Amino acid sequence: MTFQELKKNLKKDFTSFPKMKVAVLGDSATQLLCIALRGQGFEAGLDIGVLEGDYDRIYETAIDPGNAIYSEDISYIFIVQSTEKLQKEFYSALNDQRGGFAEEKKKYFETLVATIGRYTKAKIIFFNFPEINDAVFGGFSSKTPFSFLHQLRKINVGMQDIATENKNVFIADILSASNAAGAAATRSAKWYITTQNVFQLDFLAAVAKTCTDMLAAFAGKFKKCLVLDLDNTMWGGIIGDDGIDHIQLGDLGIGKAFTQLQYWVKELKNRGVIIVVCSKNDEHTAKEVFEKHPDMILRTEDLSLFVANWSNKGDNIKYIQEVLNIGMDSLVFIDDNPFERNLVKMMHPEVTVPELPDDPADYLPFLQSLNLFETVSFTDEDTVRTKQYKEESQRVVMQQSFESVDEYLVSLQMEANIEGITSYNLGRCAQLTQRSNQFNLTTIRYSEGQLQHFIDEGGKALCISLKDKFGDYGLISLVLLEKKEEECLINTWIMSCRVLKRGVEELAVNEMVSRASAMGCSSLTGRYLPTPKNDMVKELYSTMGFGSANETDTKLHLTNFVPFKIHIKITNELRSDQE
Amino acid sequence: MNYEAIRNEVQNIFREVADEPSVILKDETTADDVEGWDSLVHIQLLVAIESKFNISFSSEEIGGYNNIGAMCIGIQQKLSS
Repeated sequence: MTFQELKKNLKKDFTSFPKMKVAVLGDSATQLLCIALRGQGFEAGLDIGVLEGDYDRIYETAIDPGNAIYSEDISYIFIVQSTEKLQKEFYSALNDQRGGFAEEKKKYFETLVATIGRYTKAKIIFFNFPEINDAVFGGFSSKTPFSFLHQLRKINVGMQDIATENKNVFIADILSASNAAGAAATRSAKWYITTQNVFQLDFLAAVAKTCTDMLAAFAGKFKKCLVLDLDNTMWGGIIGDDGIDHIQLGDLGIGKAFTQLQYWVKELKNRGVIIVVCSKNDEHTAKEVFEKHPDMILRTEDLSLFVANWSNKGDNIKYIQEVLNIGMDSLVFIDDNPFERNLVKMMHPEVTVPELPDDPADYLPFLQSLNLFETVSFTDEDTVRTKQYKEESQRVVMQQSFESVDEYLVSLQMEANIEGITSYNLGRCAQLTQRSNQFNLTTIRYSEGQLQHFIDEGGKALCISLKDKFGDYGLISLVLLEKKEEECLINTWIMSCRVLKRGVEELAVNEMVSRASAMGCSSLTGRYLPTPKNDMVKELYSTMGFGSANETDTKLHLTNFVPFKIHIKITNELRSDQE
Repeated sequence: MNYEAIRNEVQNIFREVADEPSVILKDETTADDVEGWDSLVHIQLLVAIESKFNISFSSEEIGGYNNIGAMCIGIQQKLSS
């Protein structure tokens, strides 16, 4: 996208998009960036309202408690600092201060983070610094702490450390965007000298995309599953025609192109992206490659679902989406065949279908350039997700062979663990509020800090983990309860769709009732706030015995309540010291 | 490219970046004469002209043209050199 194209987006209709407000504090001119940000928001399906701070007043703004950046609706604060200003500052420093320049800068950033954190819970997003080699020390600059380049690189690492240590701090990786665009496309001295604009106009589009990719992920829009074609996508050649000895992988032909792509897919799997095969093949023939070919990097255990048949891929994608129980818009489909791509695009426009280049050697760099798998969190549970979804698809297959649902549920030997918020599950709980869209009654997003605050203010949490004979799901449901005099309000109720209709809903209501009664309430209030994605829980409260489904708030009186019968064994009871 | 064609093209570019589809630029027109021609539009205008004519303004030229006529003469000289 060019800047001009983004600017035209400003006139388009944003009304159907989720709204978010961000502040931009810069030490250089940021008006054009703010335009690009809103324009790029349109591309991402976000209505981003941008509040621009005063020019070159980052710290002065931060220490002013009454500043507009601290109004409640600002959820993200971008700190936009330029390498140019940093360089000027470095040159003004005395020689004996230069060796410690990066450490001083890091302290300043930490102060800035602490100051902003005092007045707002908004997330702080620092731009990191694209490099400028000032050629004062040449190649020796890596060897001496007195060179600008040496300190600059240390500063970028220092910012990374701050982001690692502070849950509320994130880095917009402008350095990577600049590396991809090239130095000449990133900046131009004449524009900086004449207009104070650090970046080239069209590079601002890339800068803004770096930001909106993050904002979209914060808003819960991100890709969870990669669906792979096999022939000429994961290996060279056609397995049904060429046979297992002749497909190109590893050192055979251009096999390296496919091997490298497989390594990347495997890394994504390790990060928690669900990997699924969707191929027109005989299942046995296709699977054999994963089991027997010595140069395959991906193995069957890396895949959550293996769909190889001769039905059309649009139907298969639908099947995959249903079995995994995730949103269609969280799928990415990779196929070398334009026919299949177009079919899937036509049948499921929400699916992301990259237009692969012709040369398989270009598949990987092209896919990487799209930055499809942005995320804003990473927890231990992400690393075992493949296993969880694989177990889930086995359950779905098994369910088909049981006579009654109850019989099936009993056979699962489910066990639940219920606890409050702890330092161990805080991250996962916050992640659930950020990621869950479908089984989410109120869609309130919490950061870890905000969640902690909710508990500190007297709110109660139920964190439910589940396992059964196929494996461990981990933490799959979160309920937040808030005492409002006689009533107990269900502020948040989220459940992973992977465990729908297993009795976890009923278990949660049983537990909520007992918590509410312990809190001294006489009724439980369910709240449903509709979004484009949570239609599936519209009737939830009425099916659970609350009042009518037509109201936002519905009540359940505790005195008449008869606990639901469930087939889940509770392995621990919530103790008061865990609340 | 003759002078008239250059000025016409500059006018088209200006209309596009400033989103003023009916503005008329004459030789003597300056930024002060046109509503909406602020420093931001000026940057976008010059970047768009550079890319359209495949030329490059120097840092002095970026803020140095007194009016549209001077700018168009500058563009013409760059194109012919």
